[in-house]
Amino acid sequence: MIYRENGQFKTSYGADQQIFPIAQDRYLVLAIIAFAFIGVPFLADEYYFRAILIPFLILSLAALGVNLLVGYCGQITLGAGAFMAIGAYAAYNFLIRVPHMPLLGALILGGLSAAGMGILFGIPSLRVRGLYLAVATLAAQFFADWAFLRIKWFTNDSSSGSVSVSNLQVFGFPVESPVEKYLFCLALLVVFGLLAKNLTRASIGRQWMAIRDMDVAAEVIGIRPMWAKLSAFAVSSFFVGVAGALWGFVHLGSWEPAAFSVDRSFQLLFMVIIGGMGSIVGSFFGAAFIVILPIFLSQILPALGGLVGVHVSTTVASHMELIIFGALIVFFLIVEPHGLARLWVTAKEKLRLWPFPH
Amino acid sequence: MAFFLETLIGGLMAGMLYSLVALGFVLIYKASGVFNFAQGAMVLFAALAMARFSEWIGAALGGDSLILANILAFLAAGVVMFIVAWVIERLVLRNLVNQEGATLLMATLGITYVLEGIGQTLFGSEIYKIDVGMPKDPVMMLESVFEGGILINKEDFYAALIAAVLVVLLTIFFQKTSTGRALRAVADDHQAALSIGIPLNRIWVIVWCVAGVVALVAGIIWGSKLGVQFSLATVAMRALPVVILGGLTSVPGAIIGGLIIGVGEKLSEVYIGPMVGGGIEIWFAYMLALVFLLFRPQGLFGEKIIDRV
Repeated sequence: MIYRENGQFKTSYGADQQIFPIAQDRYLVLAIIAFAFIGVPFLADEYYFRAILIPFLILSLAALGVNLLVGYCGQITLGAGAFMAIGAYAAYNFLIRVPHMPLLGALILGGLSAAGMGILFGIPSLRVRGLYLAVATLAAQFFADWAFLRIKWFTNDSSSGSVSVSNLQVFGFPVESPVEKYLFCLALLVVFGLLAKNLTRASIGRQWMAIRDMDVAAEVIGIRPMWAKLSAFAVSSFFVGVAGALWGFVHLGSWEPAAFSVDRSFQLLFMVIIGGMGSIVGSFFGAAFIVILPIFLSQILPALGGLVGVHVSTTVASHMELIIFGALIVFFLIVEPHGLARLWVTAKEKLRLWPFPH
Repeated sequence: MAFFLETLIGGLMAGMLYSLVALGFVLIYKASGVFNFAQGAMVLFAALAMARFSEWIGAALGGDSLILANILAFLAAGVVMFIVAWVIERLVLRNLVNQEGATLLMATLGITYVLEGIGQTLFGSEIYKIDVGMPKDPVMMLESVFEGGILINKEDFYAALIAAVLVVLLTIFFQKTSTGRALRAVADDHQAALSIGIPLNRIWVIVWCVAGVVALVAGIIWGSKLGVQFSLATVAMRALPVVILGGLTSVPGAIIGGLIIGVGEKLSEVYIGPMVGGGIEIWFAYMLALVFLLFRPQGLFGEKIIDRV
């Protein structure tokens, strides 16, 4: 009854092609963004910012990047963690080696470095496809693990192998307290989210989707596979690289290569698959699911154990977490192989007919 | 020269160990089209089961018969792997028929977590030993040819031998038995196999079972070499380049790929490693596989990929 587009007439092509053609969607999204900017800083306390909100925002950005490559261009990658690492370390080196480098500049340059490496490691995709490619992208992962551990120049010869940044500021505003960090990440995420959505609506995104659906057919109708695949690798790696730089700078503060291990790559791919491949909003759902679930499980399990009178030790609890996490992932894949985004679409369809389904 | 040969032989034997793990991947991919990331977790699970059963059974028997305890433990661990295979088929695979490769891949990653969790809850998470009586002392060979001879690890040698025997047995099983023929039929075309009356679900259980036994053997060999601990699950990561190099669908490919990767790793570590700071084994294997893939995208022995619009 509420969610219905009756009476919303479009009088221009611009109005017809906008991102949210239904007014209710538009207002809802604007309201969510406004609430995230204005309401959340007053409501959440420091723990929520540190443990949930900031990781969620940064990993959403990374998942967005991975989704552009996996969901829109159909190239499965298991090397996303490597590009996060490249983004983080490149941004770090730009920040400390170039005098007066602004934070935003370092982030963008870090993203561009990741994009360059993305193109390099994307070259095999021109020959190799599917699962072979997925394994081949692991080469990037293990190479990055090794390079940032062994080549001391990248870590500025730090003796412990970990690097740290401090005293971050953007245009003179400090990015130090959790609220400031949250707002900074949120602002970036909104910009990049809009960028990603528009990329997928533009010709480049359509080329990616054509390649994904059937690359030989796409080539026949005149899409250059090399350009389409490598641009997908570049854009995706740029997003992931910026997210990696944010993860290092804003979330961790000081980090070592283990922060971007192969587990991170799997985590990002989980977000994309569980959220929904080829869906921008799915990336956010997936990120929220993967970030919140382990925290939720670690909170709820000891409580449940106490309820039935069993004392759950920390090792058992961590094993139970693993089991439940894995089982839930399998469960979600079975129940909704197209991800949470599909549930969202189904809900909207239902809502349009509600309360008169005929 | 002697040093080169020693490295080469060490590489070949390490390669056989990788192919053991790689075999598990190939078996499952061949028959069900699932790229089973859980193979590493299965190796860990099987090794944990074996280590603990042999410990428990050994204690129950009074500790005087190592061989009997090990045989009983092997059988018990085999039963456990059968149960794992059956549960996976029942709860996961059956419900995911006809899904995309990426979804199946993610499902096996989920299985990985579950297996790691259950394995460590049931069998404990410390470091355990597997002692199946493999000789550990190195031997010298070809002393008459080279000065000083070539040092060979006896344990590696026996492991490579066991791997070779396993491969021969699997090949006979696949080529000569009726179950093996059914497996190959399912690998070829699910629907055609169904239509001539091959029970798909039972075949999948069998394949996962065989892969489980392969994982058990790999787990015993790797476990007696490195000790049974959580890091055993990462052995799968070392075996992945072997799989794509040899081709996802080829059993001989897994062996040849393993040998190439094993030799490449060892030689690169010894000759290139010192120049760049060492530790290059793991990514060098992937790079090597990538170079081969650039020339043969389906792996050395994989089935040719044909595209139709």
